[in-house]
Amino acid sequence: MEAAKKKELQALAVKIRMAALEAIHSLGSGHLGGALSICDVLAALYGGEMRINVDDPKWPERDKLVCSKGHAGPAVYGTLAVKGFIPYEELKTLNRPGTRLPSHCDRNKTPGVDMTTGSLGQGTSLACGMALGDKLKGRDSRVFLIVGDGESNEGQVWEAMAFASAKGLDNLVVLLDWNKRQLDGWTEDIYPMGDYVAKFEAFGFDTVKVDGNDVEAVAEALSNIRQGGGRPHAVILDTVKGAGIKEVEDTVMNHSLTVSDEQFERWTAQLKAQLAELEG
Amino acid sequence: MAKIVYTGEMDPRLCKSVLGETIPALAERDPDVIYLDADLMSCIGTAKWAQAHPDRAVNCGIAEANMVGVACGLASAGFKPIVHTFGPFASRRCYDQAFLSGGYAKNDITIIGTDPGVTATMNGGTHMPFEDVALYRALPGSTVIDVTDPTLLASVLGQCVDRPGVKFIRVGRKQYAKVYEDGSELPIGKAVTLREGTDIAIFAAGIMVHEAMQASRTLEAQGVSAAVIDMFTIKPLDEEAVETWAKKCGAVLAAENHNKYGGLWSAVSEVLAKKCPVPADFVAVEDEFGEVGPQGYLQERFGLTAAHIVEQAKAVLARK
Repeated sequence: MEAAKKKELQALAVKIRMAALEAIHSLGSGHLGGALSICDVLAALYGGEMRINVDDPKWPERDKLVCSKGHAGPAVYGTLAVKGFIPYEELKTLNRPGTRLPSHCDRNKTPGVDMTTGSLGQGTSLACGMALGDKLKGRDSRVFLIVGDGESNEGQVWEAMAFASAKGLDNLVVLLDWNKRQLDGWTEDIYPMGDYVAKFEAFGFDTVKVDGNDVEAVAEALSNIRQGGGRPHAVILDTVKGAGIKEVEDTVMNHSLTVSDEQFERWTAQLKAQLAELEG
Repeated sequence: MAKIVYTGEMDPRLCKSVLGETIPALAERDPDVIYLDADLMSCIGTAKWAQAHPDRAVNCGIAEANMVGVACGLASAGFKPIVHTFGPFASRRCYDQAFLSGGYAKNDITIIGTDPGVTATMNGGTHMPFEDVALYRALPGSTVIDVTDPTLLASVLGQCVDRPGVKFIRVGRKQYAKVYEDGSELPIGKAVTLREGTDIAIFAAGIMVHEAMQASRTLEAQGVSAAVIDMFTIKPLDEEAVETWAKKCGAVLAAENHNKYGGLWSAVSEVLAKKCPVPADFVAVEDEFGEVGPQGYLQERFGLTAAHIVEQAKAVLARK
């Protein structure tokens, strides 16, 4: 990857983090840890991998994103704000009465949100239906599906993965956010799920594992995946819950956090410094 | 206006055959109609057509929650999915998916749950939904149909594919008494008066329509004039029909192949309580689980026969 492109993606990831933080701070608390862990993959997707049209968010030929871990909505909204799907200022309406930005993603409320999610597991079957639908309609679109590692406790996830494989959905890319923590603590303590690479391979997926908080590595892994081949794709994203803000990373129970004005200003200053360095 | 041809004779068509003909016909008429099943295509006669049309029919294996989610994803891609499996798996097993991925997310799908209540016969209690209507009534924006006969089945299925929201159709796979002339169209949401009467109005749905018609003959012989109204659309309920007939007769009975909680009796009672409280009662399943047996035995066991309707009708009349 060219150095300029790498810096551009890294900068986008920082901007998404700032935007997600802005949204959550405006409310005072939210699902910060799991939002931060997927900012790099969102940057890789919306920074070039996905075929999108800001002026026509419902363009049928677009690539679609299903963020099945719907509570990471603020990271998705941050991405959509940075890319111009929604006004940046609107981030401050998160969860306010009448908002278009509810805690969990809603395709009927937010321009650029492709599917309603929030009840864990359900986005996986929806994504399979969307991918199958695109194929049957003759569209060469792809569906990117972000699934949480805690979320994959849900049996529906594995029903959907079996379906994707059985139906040869090679236009489906599963992005498993292996951030190793769920609400009650470390996944290894709460509900160990074993080796995700082996699991997805056994389910018939073309599977790779990458450093999910290295946007260059994620982008390169995605660029190596293209339609065809008859098998669905899985990218296991080795991530840190809370990635990009050291204090959040270091807080074990970081599924849902309060964000004080002081923390917001300090963390925003850190992210701004990173951005200044990247944009030099 | 549908022509009523009820004589008490069975319609020679099996409802599974009607499904096996109607689903492919709808798909051939409309390129957006797509059919999904959970390894039960052979039970409704769609398997052969499905194999020949893999782009129009998806066998999702025995994984109903995923199937409903996939159907909702297909709806968002521009399709009009028709989903089929047995009643309990089309309701309890996938309810959250129908509720959220379907209703809440505004992905419009049609769900067919076969063998409701006692029509599950030899499959027994595990396969015998007495609560499917209650579940789907509680889903905002839903349509809930209890099928009366093969003609009505074909008519409502054709209407459901183009109707917004989650549509749930419960229907047995075997024979029903013939009520409507072949080819009749029965508009969803409009109750049908099968028999006029002055003493008591019997609101019935599904297999209980035939029982109610039989009961009305017995009652007539005993000097009681009973109206019978086919309430095949349990939601949205034809409230005007309930109010009109309740006022006209001054006594009401609801008859359904379902738990007394949450189904037709509940829906009718809600209207009566608000608009025209009159003496009323039900013929429905007491708060019980299903069990195995032939349908005749099960109708006796759960109190779902014409004789039970006659008995309850008289009890209501005594309260007038």
